[in-house]
Amino acid sequence: MSFLTTEDRASQKTVIWRMIAGLGVAALFLIPYAVMFIGSLKTRSEILSVPPNYMPREGAQWSNYLTMWDTPETPVAYNLISTIVISLCATLLVLLVATPAAYYTARFKFPGKLAFMFLVIVTQMLQPAVLTAGLFKQMLAMDLYDTWLAMILINAAFNLAFAVWIMHSFFASIPKEVEEAAQIDGAGKLRVLFKVSLPLVWPGIVTAVIFTFVACWNEFAASLVILSTAENQPLSVALTKFVGQYSTAWQYVFGVSIVAIVPVIALFMLIEKRLIGGLTAGAVK
Amino acid sequence: MSVSTAQKRPAKRKSAREGASFLAALPWIGPALLLIFTIVVFPAGYMIYNSTRKISQVGTDLKGVGFDNFAKVFADPNLPRILLNTVVWVVVVVTLTVVISLALAQFLNKPFPGRTLVRMAVIVPWAASVVMTTTVFYYAMDPNYGIFNKFLTDIGLLDEGFGFTKNAVPAMAVAIVIAVFVSIPFTTYTILAGLQAIPGETLEAARVDGAGRWRTYISVILPQLRGALAVAVLINIINVFNNLPILKIITGSIPGYSADTLMTYIFKVLQFDRRLDISSALSVVNFAIVLVIVAIYVKTVKPMKEV
Repeated sequence: MSFLTTEDRASQKTVIWRMIAGLGVAALFLIPYAVMFIGSLKTRSEILSVPPNYMPREGAQWSNYLTMWDTPETPVAYNLISTIVISLCATLLVLLVATPAAYYTARFKFPGKLAFMFLVIVTQMLQPAVLTAGLFKQMLAMDLYDTWLAMILINAAFNLAFAVWIMHSFFASIPKEVEEAAQIDGAGKLRVLFKVSLPLVWPGIVTAVIFTFVACWNEFAASLVILSTAENQPLSVALTKFVGQYSTAWQYVFGVSIVAIVPVIALFMLIEKRLIGGLTAGAVK
Repeated sequence: MSVSTAQKRPAKRKSAREGASFLAALPWIGPALLLIFTIVVFPAGYMIYNSTRKISQVGTDLKGVGFDNFAKVFADPNLPRILLNTVVWVVVVVTLTVVISLALAQFLNKPFPGRTLVRMAVIVPWAASVVMTTTVFYYAMDPNYGIFNKFLTDIGLLDEGFGFTKNAVPAMAVAIVIAVFVSIPFTTYTILAGLQAIPGETLEAARVDGAGRWRTYISVILPQLRGALAVAVLINIINVFNNLPILKIITGSIPGYSADTLMTYIFKVLQFDRRLDISSALSVVNFAIVLVIVAIYVKTVKPMKEV
């Protein structure tokens, strides 16, 4: 853990100040979600009471977290599975497609490289939100309308840019000599990529994975027009079903939103460990 | 260190990489090209096609009208205000996001007990959907049943609930705060990843040379962060420019177009006026503006390193 060496000498006082500041930062970022969580424990009527109560007066309605899975509005359990499958597959597809492109463009010169990198970033500028009319037509023609595969492809295509660009920048920052040494030892391009370069760019890969996964997890506009069956729809679309014209089941909206955050945090925890593992591996080199 | 040495020795590398052709690159970039061409090209083309058609409010394609829709867009009296709002929105949100994120990433890179938990807290606004985060802010700021307003009246800062989201200027300010709030996690993590990729020896060397903290940051850390930071800013510019949900939820109920950006305006034209043709023309204009901004950015900042 060589990156700690300059910091090791931090005095005890400094460390305590850091902990206090850390607590403040954490609180600041969690407040809206605390409001959300407390709201999810209120009854349907209390949530809109004037004036509002900080805490649920009528007792915490933990039952909201049980009843929300079985409502006439939307099959939340199916929506959760849909979101997980679509996001995982799309993220995997992005990694498979973006890694070789990022590596090659960072390491080798070829005609059309700039055009390629620009084309990739153009996909980020074109948000599915303004393209829904065309996407709808296209998915009908490809016979993919109302399928998970359609959303996996759409999510992957429109989130490719960040993964390619960020991994490109990390690959480019690896000193050439490290790879050249491996090449002299007779390792092929793919071997160098997997054995030498990938472990060194772990932080970049992790960032790309989280970014892509989160973007897919929360995608709304395209899912709304491509997925028509309630069971196929992701949570982002399902949530809107609780918002009615005359009344909104806010306790469910908030409850489902809290549940939807959990898998992303779980993925992050999983990956954070790998991240530290990757860093130590890099430090040994 | 890697960046500077890489730039100093172009001659040697060129000879080593000679002969690389587009065909040799194809197996590596082919999958990305295939995905882009099968999924993105048609809907983008369709948007451009629609912008040159006259389409009825029920969606029937009536006839081609050339650039008439664009003429209407540019003659629109609302356009100057909307463009101004868009510029303010993008510049303020991206600047605040980057400055705060640089500081936060630096802090989260320092060791202290509980750091992992703080990092996790910072990732929550990213994990939560933007729509839901914005909805909670909107709910908490309601003058009647909003908890934030109640808190401000309880501690005596306000006499009664204030309609933060009822007028263009405060609503725009609230929207900017939310946009910064949801953009910080992604930006911070990208910068943090960049910080972690800096070899410990580089920092140690600066230390041995007797460089002060600020000096080390400006002349050693920032240059190393350049790649990650440049990409983070680029993605932020595009995403903030194209952001719809935050302004739609916070300023959507304000009559008129005084709090609209291009993106929310496109949405209003499509949703309320039911004009797919005009909104497509607006989308093309929107796309062209982003394209020009990004082209200038890529040209000046050069986030893509030359091999």
